[in-house]
Amino acid sequence: MRLKFEKRAEPSRFMLYATPVGAVLLTMLVGAIIFTAIGYNGFGAVYQVFIAPLALSYKWGDIAVKASPLILIGVGLAVGNRAAIWNIGAEGQYIVGALAGTGIGILTKDMHGPWILPLMLVAGMVGGAAWGAVPALLRNRFNVNEVLSSLMLTYVAVHLMNQLVTGPWKDPMGFSFPQTALITADQMLPILVPGTYVHLGIVITLIIAVALWFLMSRSLMGFQVRVVGSAPSAARHGGFSQKQTVWLVFLLSGALAGLAGIFEVTGPFQQMSLGFPQNYGFTAIIVAFLGRLNPLGVILAGIVLAITYVGGDLAQSVLQLPNASKGIFQALMLFFLLASDILIRYRVRLVGAPAPAAVPARSPAE
Amino acid sequence: MTDTPPRLSLRGITKRFPGVLANDDVSFSVRPGEIHALLGENGAGKSTLVKMIYGIMQPDAGEIFWNGERVVIQNPRAARKLGIGMVFQHFSLFEALTVLENIALGMDAKIPQRELEGRIRKVMQQYGLTLDPRRVVADLSVGERQRIEIVRALLLDPTLLIMDEPTSVLTPQEVDQLFVVLRQLASEGCSILYISHKLHEIKALCETATILRAGRLVDTCDPRVETSRSMAEKMIGGNLKDIQKPAGRSFGREKLVVTELSVPAAGHFGVPLQNISFRVHAGEIFGVAGVAGNGQTALLLALSGETTTPDAQAIRIDNAGIGRLDAKARRLKGLASVPEERNGHAAVPDFTLSDNSVLTGRDRLKLAISGIIRPGAARKYTGEVISTFSVKATGTEATAGSLSGGNLQKYIMGREILQRPEVLVVSQPTWGVDAGAAAAIHQALVDLAAAGSAIVIISQDLDELLQLCDTLAVINGGRLSRAMKVSEADINEIGLLMGGIHGEGGQAAAPAVPAGLGAEATSAA
Repeated sequence: MRLKFEKRAEPSRFMLYATPVGAVLLTMLVGAIIFTAIGYNGFGAVYQVFIAPLALSYKWGDIAVKASPLILIGVGLAVGNRAAIWNIGAEGQYIVGALAGTGIGILTKDMHGPWILPLMLVAGMVGGAAWGAVPALLRNRFNVNEVLSSLMLTYVAVHLMNQLVTGPWKDPMGFSFPQTALITADQMLPILVPGTYVHLGIVITLIIAVALWFLMSRSLMGFQVRVVGSAPSAARHGGFSQKQTVWLVFLLSGALAGLAGIFEVTGPFQQMSLGFPQNYGFTAIIVAFLGRLNPLGVILAGIVLAITYVGGDLAQSVLQLPNASKGIFQALMLFFLLASDILIRYRVRLVGAPAPAAVPARSPAE
Repeated sequence: MTDTPPRLSLRGITKRFPGVLANDDVSFSVRPGEIHALLGENGAGKSTLVKMIYGIMQPDAGEIFWNGERVVIQNPRAARKLGIGMVFQHFSLFEALTVLENIALGMDAKIPQRELEGRIRKVMQQYGLTLDPRRVVADLSVGERQRIEIVRALLLDPTLLIMDEPTSVLTPQEVDQLFVVLRQLASEGCSILYISHKLHEIKALCETATILRAGRLVDTCDPRVETSRSMAEKMIGGNLKDIQKPAGRSFGREKLVVTELSVPAAGHFGVPLQNISFRVHAGEIFGVAGVAGNGQTALLLALSGETTTPDAQAIRIDNAGIGRLDAKARRLKGLASVPEERNGHAAVPDFTLSDNSVLTGRDRLKLAISGIIRPGAARKYTGEVISTFSVKATGTEATAGSLSGGNLQKYIMGREILQRPEVLVVSQPTWGVDAGAAAAIHQALVDLAAAGSAIVIISQDLDELLQLCDTLAVINGGRLSRAMKVSEADINEIGLLMGGIHGEGGQAAAPAVPAGLGAEATSAA
């Protein structure tokens, strides 16, 4: 008896949704084993990282605040990945978006009016989209691999930010700390739940995610993205332009990452500092895949990953787990998810067992 | 037959795949020196059967006897050891290597190059095969490449040679030369198992035909006394419909005019198109014949709009220049197309059939309005295609990849034809499609032309073109020959044009027209 993978006639819809759940459960199990093996309380760690944030209702606000940027960046990346166009540089677009919005904030710090916050948000989107436009241009003009160019631009963005917050944008009243001045009241996102950081951006994120779900499933734009990703030649046959799709993907995912960046500035952070980048742009890659590249799935996946952020901090304080431990959990999750993807197209069969009388006439004979 | 045991004998061979019985209790024998045809529609189980004979697969049940002794053929090497050679439909050759190097790579035993070259030359001389062992494969025609595979098989002194669809890529002259070799082999006692769906060839070559349908052996007959039609009907298990071609057809005005169309080669092994000119009238079916790899793909892409030309006037529909328009814009002008590759080019395998209808029909059929897809309308249209063209699918929401090749082709042809295009350009409309489905597709094309559309068919199947087309031209090395009326066309001239610059066929003492090629063409698939 041995195990054998056998191609399914149709991809399994059950497995499409079951494998992300399975990946999370496997991550918890293997995570517990790993941390036990290296001398920590493994099951305690899993409890702190995955369960405690849910059990403690006062942590729910934190989860929402952490989930928002992950979801917003994640839905943008989900669109790109559907087109098999790989934007690995969301972190950079997130930073540049935040910088662009903050720049408006600095220019308008002595002004008042309801137009200031929207202008900052638009600037954030423009900044993110502009940073995303670079790999798109390089790919379309010179056939430069977008994985490399977008990733490398992230480091450029980090240095640009460091340069600004330690130099010209440094808060003159900030005792030389490398950070910008706090934003003004006119520049803050309204807080929706008093006593928490739950801000308006979270609602906008959810609206964008639902809108993208509709666009991806029902609009020609979503169709174009899916065709280009699934069968590039067929896309050309159907009259969809690959280059146009590259632009669309990078401008959209860049703008959403930039918006997430400026939401963070005008929401929980209220300023930019050297500690601003939280790796949301990279974690959102996991979110996009865990959410099955479906914007609604990305909402759920964003919440799961946000829990690990909040839980990682809890585990750190309660169990003295190293800060890197949440990275281990997140990496395990992506690993198990990608590994179990094979079950969507293949079934596992014990060789020797009788062949199932499956699916109607499809002949592999020719 | 009583004194010598059969060379190969199969008894009760059964092979099951998930969801389908590929071979069900198949038994037949091949005598020494016999040329035995294995006939059947796509999916009838021919390939599965020969894969078991050649050791690529093992039967689930049944026995194989070799010269009267029961054998288990574990793998192709074991098959070759017994004396079984096989020439596949798709060649496995390295373009950048020479003929000699390619053959050396495929040998089980390591033979010094010089000795191998000597043996190759001897085999070629023996069977009148001309081929320079030191030439690089990339420079060779398809017929010459097949010769490499045949030589490779003959070097092992086979006593059974399996040929899988060997003539689908050959010019008529090359087919003739191949038959001479096969007859000589048979006369020397080598048995040949010949798989084909070209019935007139089987009539000309084979002494026995075993016919499979849906995995079962349905008949064994002598093709020399059968007609192509009677064999085709045994294959499909029903009556073959004749193509209803209205007599005395008249054409309308010029629909599609191509003038001096040139397209640079795409990639290293691409073929550039050079000064292609032809015109197709309303109601006319225009055929482009040619051996694979002579620019057919580039021509289809240039016509469909997947590659555009800087000169808008190089391609005109109803006198409007469309050379610069992309595929979507050309569809709006009334030009639909069907590329040769079904999965991944004409259709998206992961998408449902409904979504595949949106791919090419969204504008003409208004399956999307102001950027929003109308799933109901897409399903309705797809349902229409499925029922009109008898597509076997679980429904409009089946993925394209789940359909068999023939059914997917019926769906794709139907998807384009029911859009009533002014001009339809198709490549290989019936490639790998069974006789029944091919007849349905042919009829649909003839009907579309009768309704006033101009049709261009690019095909390697000369019989298909002779049967369907009013006018015919030959593409070779990216150049298109003058157009000729099919009713006045000379099969020999077409064959020579197909051979073109590669053509040893051209120098060979003009062989007779393969028996029945013209006459049989109208009755069989």
